[in-house]
Amino acid sequence: MHQHFTFSSSAWVVMLGMVFLAAFVSVASKVCLADPAVPSIFSPSSTPADSIYHLSLFVLAVTGVIFVVVFSLLAYAAIKFRRRTDDDGREPPQIYGSNQVELAWTVIPVLIVVVLFLAAARVIHAVEDAKFPPGTVEVTAIGHQFWWEFQYPGQGFITANELHVPVSDSNHPTPTHITLMSADTDHSFWVPKLAGKTDLIPNRVNNMWIDPHETGVYVGQCAQYCGTQHAKMLLRVVVESREDFDKWLANQKQPAADVASAMDGRRVFESTACVNCHTISGTNAKGKFGPDLTHLMSRTTIASGAAENTKENLRLWIKDPDTFKPGCLMPAMQMSEQDINAVTAYLMTLH
Amino acid sequence: MAASTLTVPQPEVPISLPPRGHVGMWCLIIAESAIFTIFVVAYLYYAGKSLSGPTPREVLEVPIFISICLFSSSFTIVMGEKAIHHGNIKLFTLWLFATIVLGAIFVAGSLREWYRLIYEHGVTISSSLFGTTFYSLVGLHLSHVIVGLTMLSLVLIFALLGFVKQEHAERMGVLALYWHFVDTVWVVVLSVVYFIAR
Amino acid sequence: MLDADSVSRPMFVPPGEAVTRPLFDRVHEWIVTVDHKKLGLMYVCYGLLFLVIGGVEATLMRIQLAVAHNHFVSPQTFNQLFTMHGTTMIFFAAMPIVFGFAVYLTPLMLGARDMAFPRLNAWGFWMSALGGIILYFSFLGGGGLYGAGSAPDVGWFAYAPLTSPAFSVGHSTDYWIIGIFISGFGSIATAVNIITTILCLRCPGMTLNRIPMLAWLNLVMATQVLLAVSPLTAAQVMLMIDRYLGGHFFDTQAGGSAVLWMHFFWIFGHPEVYVLVLPAFGILSEVIPVFSRKPIFGYSIMVVATLAIGFISMSVWAHHMFTVGMTSWANAFFVASTAAIAVPTGIKIFNWLGTMWGGKIIFKTAMLFCVGAVCQMLIAGLTGIMLSAAPFDWQLGNSYFVVAHFHYVILGVIVFAVFGAIYYWYPKVTGRLLSETLGRWHFWLFLIGFHLTFDFMHIPGILGMPRRIYTYEPGRGWDAWNLIVSFGVVFQAAAILIWVVNVFVSYYKGDIAGNDPWNAWTLEWSTTSPPPDYNFAEIPVVRSRRPLWDLKHPEDPDWKYE
Repeated sequence: MHQHFTFSSSAWVVMLGMVFLAAFVSVASKVCLADPAVPSIFSPSSTPADSIYHLSLFVLAVTGVIFVVVFSLLAYAAIKFRRRTDDDGREPPQIYGSNQVELAWTVIPVLIVVVLFLAAARVIHAVEDAKFPPGTVEVTAIGHQFWWEFQYPGQGFITANELHVPVSDSNHPTPTHITLMSADTDHSFWVPKLAGKTDLIPNRVNNMWIDPHETGVYVGQCAQYCGTQHAKMLLRVVVESREDFDKWLANQKQPAADVASAMDGRRVFESTACVNCHTISGTNAKGKFGPDLTHLMSRTTIASGAAENTKENLRLWIKDPDTFKPGCLMPAMQMSEQDINAVTAYLMTLH
Repeated sequence: MAASTLTVPQPEVPISLPPRGHVGMWCLIIAESAIFTIFVVAYLYYAGKSLSGPTPREVLEVPIFISICLFSSSFTIVMGEKAIHHGNIKLFTLWLFATIVLGAIFVAGSLREWYRLIYEHGVTISSSLFGTTFYSLVGLHLSHVIVGLTMLSLVLIFALLGFVKQEHAERMGVLALYWHFVDTVWVVVLSVVYFIAR
Repeated sequence: MLDADSVSRPMFVPPGEAVTRPLFDRVHEWIVTVDHKKLGLMYVCYGLLFLVIGGVEATLMRIQLAVAHNHFVSPQTFNQLFTMHGTTMIFFAAMPIVFGFAVYLTPLMLGARDMAFPRLNAWGFWMSALGGIILYFSFLGGGGLYGAGSAPDVGWFAYAPLTSPAFSVGHSTDYWIIGIFISGFGSIATAVNIITTILCLRCPGMTLNRIPMLAWLNLVMATQVLLAVSPLTAAQVMLMIDRYLGGHFFDTQAGGSAVLWMHFFWIFGHPEVYVLVLPAFGILSEVIPVFSRKPIFGYSIMVVATLAIGFISMSVWAHHMFTVGMTSWANAFFVASTAAIAVPTGIKIFNWLGTMWGGKIIFKTAMLFCVGAVCQMLIAGLTGIMLSAAPFDWQLGNSYFVVAHFHYVILGVIVFAVFGAIYYWYPKVTGRLLSETLGRWHFWLFLIGFHLTFDFMHIPGILGMPRRIYTYEPGRGWDAWNLIVSFGVVFQAAAILIWVVNVFVSYYKGDIAGNDPWNAWTLEWSTTSPPPDYNFAEIPVVRSRRPLWDLKHPEDPDWKYE
């Protein structure tokens, strides 16, 4: 006798559930236990990102429960109430509705919604309306197509693309408050491990803050489409100990290095159109359209993260920016090989 | 099944359905209202924010006369509707003509106002935020008046040629509804531009 | 009951006429038609064609993003691709399909002979079609900034001031504006038509309380079109004034506001997605009851929920702007309104569950797609809830998590529902059934591909990957997930291919459907497949929400219980 082995509907639901659970756990572990270099929103390193993380756990828990309950019911219904092969052809009882059931599944979602709203409102207020202690580092970030300008107004210098901030001790917090503006189109500052993103919008001043708990380099990038090279408008936030940060500040405040062996390059730089866009403090170069190059060699990358800051890359970048960022706003200056080498050598001295 | 009639026997009272011309025009009015609302919002948002140029207070004069003309044209068109409803085509034609004249006065007066603003005060659509938002909002309304006048003139021509009959009263009502809408928009635009955001 | 009158014929040959008419005559008939069925069919076919074109654009993007630092397309081309993909899918694929179903089915479901304004119907369709043609002409029109075609590259929401003459040189943005502007008139015209038809052309006995669910959903959808497309039209006029008449609406250098464009756009943009999803809900509310053999659970509540969604949807728009720097009060308000809309949406899911519960479910392909859509709506709604919590959105907004969320709704719910609708109503339109075997292949392949792509797409977002980037950095942990996401495209493409084959082969070789292949209950099933030009020999008279149920079950009619 050939017996058909069939699963009951509940067994199907349980099996489906276990498959989902296994998939979910494996994916979740890959996401949550990510490598530190991965800018995951689930490995926060600063209070705003932390607050969001805890809120997100709550929201995920609530939505997770809703999903499990409702999906199980849907799966169960789809399996249990299938028309059997031995069906008698009669229509099932025609139920038009039920006021009690409708009330239940209206009231419960309303309550859930209220709770979620309150949880979110609390974090909104905590992040947006935070007060800053004395000792807060002030930075002004100005978005450009396709690079970041960072001004330290209290310190009197301007740098680009790599933001240095001091680490913040939770007992004596020294957060960094960032004022966000834009010189051209919309941009957005997003370093996931440090904070949620905030937009940089022309003719508008926005604010955000971070208080990183651990030293290290945190990566991010522009998160609002701003044109051709939006993808390469990368961010590096270097969180340093107080001593290292102070050292960096002191260096940045210095005018540009004036190395005798690089005079050739400096001359080429100052007599070519480079000065129309770039500033090197202590020289004739006072352009504002492009990044400040005074301490170019203190940065680990060039072209807002598009390439490592090496001699060869610098040379290629100057020769033809399209090598790394096709469509960016820095033109190829059509200089001779000799001039390019000279300028590169000069820029390499700007520590 | 194609040939058999689907009738479920029922002792119920038949439902009365609204006339489709009016429903369609109300839908159009809703959509147009949304468009006007956006222009009004822009006007209010930018009030006082112009970086240059004369302020509204300096250059705007409340257009009392042409506004009265436009509002009166709503009255004349209602009278025209009454006339055609009763089959009096001649009277209808007269009221229709009055409506068009009043509307034309509004258009002429508006254009004169614009001439003054452009050539005496240098307020153009590109001169400042005020200029941009003013001409867009008032211009949008003016264009709707012109479209309305065009439609009314067409009907006037048909009436003079003897094609308009009493049975067209409902359609005339649809056009009149549009005209009342244009008037109502002017109430809003007048209040916002010449009073609230002055 | 098959007889000479009800045996199906190819659509374009009226019964009684010779089978071969000159091709010119046949094409001409379609061009000048004001018949809602032909127009509806043209709307749907037009939309499906652009669905495929948009899919090709997506495929090209996914190939580029499959690995980091890929060089499959240039940054300029990629930016044009995502702009065109989004614009195409929303305006020239999804909206025409939604309108097409509304225009085809509404008169049939209401017992009318045509829409309220047949000529306006035609005008609306051709305006929509013209808009799409203009937009795609941009690929051919030279003179853009980069010389290789002028397709817009400002993103489908075209944020100012990227669209200003300073940053958007040439005419690419103008194609975006004009294409959508013109089709916007078509949309508004069709919406006017739908509302007027539903309010004015119902057959005797059909009170608003008795119209099919799809008609209610279309009524609310059309109202939203009136209220939402208009702001976009207004904003585009403003943008054109900025670009060509020296206006300053969004000119930040003259004191204008970039954020104002965002407000105006999203006042359109959010109701727009409900314009797309409500008809999908309507489809689910028609198909699920028939294949569960039970009436829709809680008709009145479903109607109230629909009205609630329509109403609340007009107040949630700034949840697309949580990162713009609005005050905490403004942010909190939009959290509340966005979370609130989850309640009526959830009610709908529960009511579909209630419809299936206790029924005798028949898993024809149409039902497979619809049940899939319900499950996917659950997930999409929940990721929407996550995004509604503003701080969570500060991380997830503008990232691939959002991209995954909205594709979950558009593909996972709307496109699935549309496929379900096609399997359900194709027999009515053509007189032949689609192949169930091919249908199952279509469903399972598409399901696998959809989940491979869009389930895993949430992860790069969580790991910090923003959207609209033509490439990404290796070493950020995004590579493997992007590869899986891209791989899912293969299954989806295969599924679409099978479906296209199904549609064409079944047209000639499918089983004859008859009037009512699914044993359904609404009026369109009472006439032939395909319906004659005049829809019904005599205008029906109804007494309940399911007139055909009443006829088939005279001992237990619905009107005793409603």
